[in-house]
Amino acid sequence: MELAIKNLTQIRDILLRREASVKEVVTECLQVIEKTEPQLNALITTCAEQALEQAKQMDNQGPDPDKPLWGVPIVIKDVIATKGLRTTCASKILENFTPCYDATLVEKLKQAGSIILGKTNMDEFAMGSSTENSAFGPTKNPWDLTRVPGGSSGGSAASVAAAQAFASIGTDTGGSIRQPSGFCGIVGLKPTYGRVSRFGLIAYGSSLDQAGPMTRSVQDAALMLQVIAGHDPKDSTSSQKDVPDYVQSLQKANDLKGIRLGYPSEYWREGLSPEVKDCCEQALNKAKELGAEIVPINLKHTPYAIATYYIIAMAEASSNLARYDGVRFGYRDKDATELIEMYLRSRSKGFGEEVKRRIMLGTYVLSAGYYDAYYKKAAQVRRLIRQDYLDALKNCDLICAPVAPTTAFRLGENIDDPLQMYLTDIFTISLNLSGLPGLTLPVGLGQETNMPVGMQFFGPAFGEEIIFRVCHVLEQALPGPGYPLGI
Amino acid sequence: MSISKEDVAKIATLSRLSLEENKLDQFAGQLSSIIEYMQKLNELETTDVEPLYSPVDQTTVLREDVVEKKFTREELLANAPEDDGQYLIVPRII
Repeated sequence: MELAIKNLTQIRDILLRREASVKEVVTECLQVIEKTEPQLNALITTCAEQALEQAKQMDNQGPDPDKPLWGVPIVIKDVIATKGLRTTCASKILENFTPCYDATLVEKLKQAGSIILGKTNMDEFAMGSSTENSAFGPTKNPWDLTRVPGGSSGGSAASVAAAQAFASIGTDTGGSIRQPSGFCGIVGLKPTYGRVSRFGLIAYGSSLDQAGPMTRSVQDAALMLQVIAGHDPKDSTSSQKDVPDYVQSLQKANDLKGIRLGYPSEYWREGLSPEVKDCCEQALNKAKELGAEIVPINLKHTPYAIATYYIIAMAEASSNLARYDGVRFGYRDKDATELIEMYLRSRSKGFGEEVKRRIMLGTYVLSAGYYDAYYKKAAQVRRLIRQDYLDALKNCDLICAPVAPTTAFRLGENIDDPLQMYLTDIFTISLNLSGLPGLTLPVGLGQETNMPVGMQFFGPAFGEEIIFRVCHVLEQALPGPGYPLGI
Repeated sequence: MSISKEDVAKIATLSRLSLEENKLDQFAGQLSSIIEYMQKLNELETTDVEPLYSPVDQTTVLREDVVEKKFTREELLANAPEDDGQYLIVPRII
């Protein structure tokens, strides 16, 4: 574990200095995978042979300083297309799907020299908050195997926390990077909508989905975003704004003098467990010691965020998932004798229960007579929620909130009550509606459960630079969660 | 607002899903409580609020419509459940 527990930036430097070979690093990660996977189930597909072959070639060629991730093993959430590598979305309907192209972000990661070790487990089609809705079985939290890793990027979070790889790419539609990062004690960034190309992401809620890095340090997240961010002509919603040098800007960060942190009272009361509150307040006190000012702000439409989010996300999902009809790709029921029957049987056998629930709710809210009452209404409230953020950010630089009301809950605890499961997303969801960026920073272990607690930092659109700077300073001052003891 | 078993069956058909009888009951209960929760939005007056469908301010960006041959027929058919090497095969329609 000597090499595998380093963070990404450290291992990158070790490789560039040739203090370890790429083969040694890859081999060690594969050994960790072999040891931990029987318990964790964080990966759906591994590609050990290809990774070792790639490592051999890279060692022969020698380090390339122009490739910022040269030789670094990573894993990718299985909702992201990888050429020649099975991409299932944790669904039976895509169980045997192998894309003939790479997502743009995967192309960029490959060009940067990284080595893909596998595809990570997730809630089917990214629908869920616990990684229990996977056709490949649930992932366990490496800190406590009786608990969930969070969702839907739970496999990514568990894999990075357990030192199977140095980073992962997750996707965040309603908190799916930030919440599992919080539950597993790692750093996770949801970038501004449009900062990273969505080309090659299997769509769930198109106006909400955003891919981002999941790592073991803020600096690592900055480096990963540096690689994957930027305009892509293949995604008309991707931004043409220049990508700043995120890594370089961290060099200047020493204290938090002059930084105003917004404190939304709406996020700091209802249902917040005492251990989460304690950890987050300690982090805020540390920020104050480092020079930050805490400013009370108001996000008054927060109580409406969950209803708004689920109407919009499910409406978009019902439309996006119409493409799975058993004709061009994916599962087909072979017994159907006519076309409509083939659609019905293929979709009914291919999709899991949560996916069916969301498709039906989406179909319902978009159906004739209900469109204005649900979808249009939700889109109007979405504007009010976004406006709250824009107003608040006139009075502060970043907004602070807990990631979730509790630490990681137990497997099976919420699985039979979908509404209860949706309510666990209360602190993450509104950021996706607004399109703004947010980062989860581990701020310690809860006193009661001894599980990681994460705190979120929300910033203005394309304000990832200041988020990284503040979180990097705070990360150095906090004790950090350490390594998981469950495996 | 309550969603009946019959409503669920109708929504399922519109969604191109077929559900077993016991699932109709289960989904009727779950969908009713979720839709009831969503009624919360009616507490807000939104008559003059412009809907926000996307967080992106830019108007639709179009690129040049240039034909590129990026994939072979074999690559595109590789994931098809049934094909004859030239075309996708589906059950008889007419």
